[in-house]
Amino acid sequence: MTEKKPDKPHVMPMQTVTSAEKTRSGLSREIQAKIGQQLRAMYDGIVQEGVPDRFAQLLSKLDRPSDDEGKAE
Amino acid sequence: MKLDPALRDQILSAVPSLRAFAISLSGNVDRADDLVQETMLRALANIHSFQPGTNMNAWLFTILRNLFRSEYRKRKREVEDTDGRFAEQLKSHPEQLGRIEFEEFRNALAHLPDEQREALILVGASGFSYEEAASICGCAVGTIKSRVNRARNRLARLLSVDSVDEFGPDTATRAVLAGNDR
Repeated sequence: MTEKKPDKPHVMPMQTVTSAEKTRSGLSREIQAKIGQQLRAMYDGIVQEGVPDRFAQLLSKLDRPSDDEGKAE
Repeated sequence: MKLDPALRDQILSAVPSLRAFAISLSGNVDRADDLVQETMLRALANIHSFQPGTNMNAWLFTILRNLFRSEYRKRKREVEDTDGRFAEQLKSHPEQLGRIEFEEFRNALAHLPDEQREALILVGASGFSYEEAASICGCAVGTIKSRVNRARNRLARLLSVDSVDEFGPDTATRAVLAGNDR
């Protein structure tokens, strides 16, 4: 579904920003903040998934001297 | 092997951020989880070389990053095929972002060169200092800073273009166009 976010923030500010300004360090604060926010939202969303079972199981399996499962060598 | 419980806890508690790093790097959840598993195996096999008291997260991130760069990079092209599936694979799609916006961002991120993407993620999302990121990537601090800047500039261009003209050519084409402009 193409749901459109009404509150989609303008990545591009309304004032004229020349491409030279944009590509140098003159990235507008707005754009920088937006990028940082999106990056962290994506990243933190994954972090919040926690530890999937397979990893907890893997660790306890390896952590225990087991019969036939070889050690991680 | 008998693992020091403290180390075990540190490794386990690093898993969520290792996954976030791996998924952000590779753009593919299944592959990222394999990468995390391989990282844990390597870490356990080499746990004697970990210096207690140093940063376990940074150590694990270094292992994962090197694995990604050596093995997973070859398959980088596949990333572009999986763009559409990425958001669906994630259980917790970020609520702050609209779906379209999230996909645009993900797509733009996938089009950064590896070294710019990893630098941006380490500093901008994982919370490492420039110094730590430099040590994880095995390069100079100044190099990390310039990679992060270039990554931000490039993302800004990719995303601005998309938001200004929503009916234009696909983002891959735009990424190429934007990439030539430097």
